[in-house]
Parts: sequence; C-alpha cells; structure tokens
Amino acid sequence: MKKQSMFVIWKNLPPIQKRILFTLSFVLPILAWCIISYVPFVWHPMVQITEVGDVSFYKQDMLVQKEVFYRENERLVRQGLKPAKGEPANPIYLPAPHTVANSLVSSFETPPRRPGEPWLHESLMHSISIIFWGFFLSSIFGVPLGIICGTYKFFSNLIEPFIEYFRYLPAPVFGALAVAVLGINDGPKIAIIFIGTFFQQVLVIANTTRKLDSSLIEASQTLGAKRLTIVRTVVIPGILPDLYRDMRILLGWAWTYLIVAEVIGTSTGISWFINQQAKYRNFDQVFAAIIIIGIIGVVSDQIFAWIGRRMFHWETHNEKR
Amino acid sequence: MTNFVLPSYKEQSQEVKDRFDRIKERPVMLRVENLTKTFKAKNGPSVALNNVSFQTYRREFTSIIGPSGCGKSTMVRLLAGLESQDSGNIYINDKIITGPGIERGMVFQGYTLFPWLNVVENVMYGLLRKGETKTYAKNKATEWVRLIGLEQFEHSYPSQLSGGMKQRVAIARSLATHPEILLMDEPFGALDAQTRAKMQSYLLQIWKKVNISIVFITHDLDEAIYLSDRIIVLKANPGEIAEIIEVPVSRPRSPDQFLSPEFLATKKRLEELIHPRHEDKDDKLPLVKLTLVGDEVL
Repeated sequence: MKKQSMFVIWKNLPPIQKRILFTLSFVLPILAWCIISYVPFVWHPMVQITEVGDVSFYKQDMLVQKEVFYRENERLVRQGLKPAKGEPANPIYLPAPHTVANSLVSSFETPPRRPGEPWLHESLMHSISIIFWGFFLSSIFGVPLGIICGTYKFFSNLIEPFIEYFRYLPAPVFGALAVAVLGINDGPKIAIIFIGTFFQQVLVIANTTRKLDSSLIEASQTLGAKRLTIVRTVVIPGILPDLYRDMRILLGWAWTYLIVAEVIGTSTGISWFINQQAKYRNFDQVFAAIIIIGIIGVVSDQIFAWIGRRMFHWETHNEKR
Repeated sequence: MTNFVLPSYKEQSQEVKDRFDRIKERPVMLRVENLTKTFKAKNGPSVALNNVSFQTYRREFTSIIGPSGCGKSTMVRLLAGLESQDSGNIYINDKIITGPGIERGMVFQGYTLFPWLNVVENVMYGLLRKGETKTYAKNKATEWVRLIGLEQFEHSYPSQLSGGMKQRVAIARSLATHPEILLMDEPFGALDAQTRAKMQSYLLQIWKKVNISIVFITHDLDEAIYLSDRIIVLKANPGEIAEIIEVPVSRPRSPDQFLSPEFLATKKRLEELIHPRHEDKDDKLPLVKLTLVGDEVL
C-alpha cells in the first residue's frame, strides 16, 4: 500500500497517528512551558537571590530584575563590598510546572487563610451550581421557544427580531441591574448566566430546527400525521442529536460568562478563589485553579459526548466522528 | 444497418385491448380537473401546470413522464396535497382533496425514512397515526417487513441499509396504512441501474399482491413503459398534457420485452414527444466549438 501523506485534505488519519497527535497536542504546550521554566537561557528575566551579600534591600529568595542585579553587583565590586549571589529565575506570575502540579493537590488540602472562607472544592461546587441553575433555567424557556420559532414562521417573525437585537447586548452590562433587582447573592449571578445563554440558545435552536429535512415532515403528513403530532413525532426526534450538540456548545459559553457573573455582587466561587490567591501572590494556586476549570470543562464535555453517542446511536453507524 | 419497420404504438394485441377494456370498466380512482399551478419567478410567473385534466382507474398503473421543468414533480406534490393549486380540482373517489390524506401514500425520491426509527418502527409510523395500538401496529409492520424480504434487518436503522433496501422500507411504510393510491415521485431515481431494474420488477410484484392504484413519476422512458398501463406525457412551458399513451405491451411484464416491437414503438413515440428534433431552442449545444480544443480523433 502506498504510504499516505500526513497532510491530505479531509482524509481520516490512521488510529495510531490520531492517538499520537492527540497526546502531542497536550504534550507540546507542556513541553514549551517546561523549557521556559527549566532552561535558564531561554527566558529567565529575573534573578532569585541566594546570598544577599552587602545589599541592604535584598532579602533571601527575593526576585530582582536581571539588569538591576548586575548593576548593583558591579557597584558593590567597585566599592570593594561583597557582591550578592543569585540564580536566574522567571517572574512570579509564571510558576514552574512542578510547583503548579504540587498545588493541584495541595490547593485542595490547604485550609483557607481566614476562617469562614470556602475551601477550593467548596468554591468549585459553588461555581458549578451557578452554572447549573443559570443554564437549566435558560434551557427550560430557551429550548421550547427555539423549537417553536424554528417550526412556526409566525413565532419566528414575532420573537426572533427582538432576540436578535437583545443578543448583541453583552450580558455583563446587566450586572448592576441584576444586583438591584435580585440582591447581592447568587440571584444576579444566575441571571447573568441566563442572559448570556438564553438569547443565543433560542436563535441557535431555532436555526437547528429549521435545518430539519422538510421532506421528513412531508412524509409524515402523507402518513397521516397532523400539526402537534408532527412536532412530537418528527420535529423533536429529528432535531434531537443536533439539539444535544448545540446544548454542549452553549454550555461552554455559559462557562465563559461564569467568571463575569461571579464578580457581580459578592465575589464567590472559583473566580473569588483565583482573585484571592493572586492577591496573596500564590500564582501556582492560580494556575492550578485555571487548570482545574479546564479539566472540568473537557471532562464534562467528553462525558456528554459519550452520552450523546449512546443516546443517538442511529446516527453513528455511517458517520465517522 | 438493418432497417425494420416498427408497428404503430397504437396497435394493441387482443390481450392488451381486453385489459384496457377491463380497466376502464373499473371505478375512477383519481380525477384531475383543469389543474393549474403557477410559480413566481424572477422573470415573471412560470406556469408549471396549465389546465391539466385526466383520470385513472382503480388498480391502474399510471406513469407521468416529461422533460425537465414540465411540472411532473409539481403534479405529484399537488396530488399528495403537499402544495395547493391555483385553480382546478383533484378528486379521489369523487371526493375533493384539500391536503395530505391517508388514502394517498407517497414514496419520495430521497427515501425520507425517519433516521431515529428502525425498520419496523418506520413501517409502524403510519399505523400509529391511524390510531392502531402499538402491539397491532408492530405485528402488522413486522408482516410488511417480511413481505419486502427484510426480516433480517427488522431492527436496523436506515443508515445501515442500502438505497434499494431503504426504498423498499419506504414502500412498505406507505402501503402499511392501506392507501388506495400510491404516489411515487421518481422513487428509483437515486439508485444504480442494476438495483433500479430489480426494484422495478419488485414493485410490479407488490402491485400484483396489493389492491392499489399507482401514479408513478419518472424521467426514464424504459421504466415508464415497463411498469405502466398508461403513460401521461407532459410537455414543458407551460406544463400541459402532450399525449396519454396506452402502453401496448402485454402483461405480465418481463425484462425480455424491452426489445419487443411494441415496446420500441412506444419508446420511439415517447422520444418524439419528449425530445422533439426540430425545436431545440433552449439548449443549442455548441458542438462546433469542441473542435477548438482538440483535433478530431477519427
């Protein structure tokens, strides 16, 4: 068999290659991070002080700009004083992979600085519950409305123009209003997720509904189906796999609104945790929290994708995904 | 070149004559009266069907054939009640139709099986809409699936079936509710030549077993002659009936008849009606220009 070039347009790759590329797509960025962190001459614009020498304002483990360090040492040598010693280092906001890896574990075990503040896992659970309620409430109204708009031109023309307008208003601008109406606790946060999701949801689902093969509806009509029966037995099952995919994408969008939502009113959840750790200059913890959000996102999406494949098994027989 | 004279397509053997006499004694199944349908197009309205009238009898196999743009698809969609005409009426058993109805089954070119239902469930669909119980519908559907020879695929989904199998299921699905007339819109148009030939023989077998009139849209002349009792030939711009031909080929039909004189005579007549030699106004093929790009090979 002729060996296939790696860069063929639209052609599937052999499974081994796929697996290698999948691994590489994670390994390469981590590798880049390691190189920047562990190989001194790549970046390292700072010097970490190991011996303070005769500099009065140096402290052990302090980070000093490289130029400052060398200028200061030159001065000390000229004056016959003892120069400081140090090692090249990266700025504090770029911790090395191993410290972040450590924090991934330790951040869950570290008690909050002040009593009464939530632990990391509590912050995470709070974030997830905000997402859940925002997305759930949006879907309860958004999904049926989207299907109705996609099915009946009457409702499409009545409802969609306004939603089309509203969707351009950035959800965060409603923050102050939401606090005024719903107080400073979780209410306004859920409202922001709702506003951020709902309007997109209606339009996306209406479009998905319109993409249903109209000949299926005609076929059902010739088989004796009428009005609501058509919606129940053809439109809804027909769009279900695409609807499910839409929901997965929309859930991703809801996550992006989370960070905005959490700083409205009293700051809570994972955003609060990140801001708090940044204040303490625990950037390893900040990175750990960011990585955790990513992991939650990817893992939950993969679980939903897997559930989707099980639920809509009729689709996967001939389609390669 | 052997020159042999074809008989006239109007010459009918005694068997064929008798059969048409019997058909015409039967009650009228479908009556179309002065049907007109116009579509709005950019350069003014285009008349898809202009004052078309015809009738078909119970258990008759009628084909509608014509050049592209003659309105044959519009015709079948009007008959199915999926679109409404500008004027004229369609009667099924002397009753005016105003929309889709269960007495008319339809098979589309694009199969239109419900992808989320398996073979049996697809066939059950119409039965359930009729208000049958689930158990009854399932038994009935399973019977139909056996009849079309797909019992091994009962629980397969449409995406697992070949084109021919899909169309068999679609036929079974529309017949399961016992319609009186089956409308078929180029049902075999998407199939390859071999599958297509099989499906044609297959359709004739089903038609033999089931009490049903068929209106069959096609652009394939052989298919129309092979299957039909009568062929309604439409012409384009505006869509009008050019001629209604009684096919002089005897039944039962077999593929051997494709080369019989009466078959060829009918085909010749259809060719004349559909591709008239003298007026090719629309598509003058610029054959001369081909010499610009290549030398003649022979």
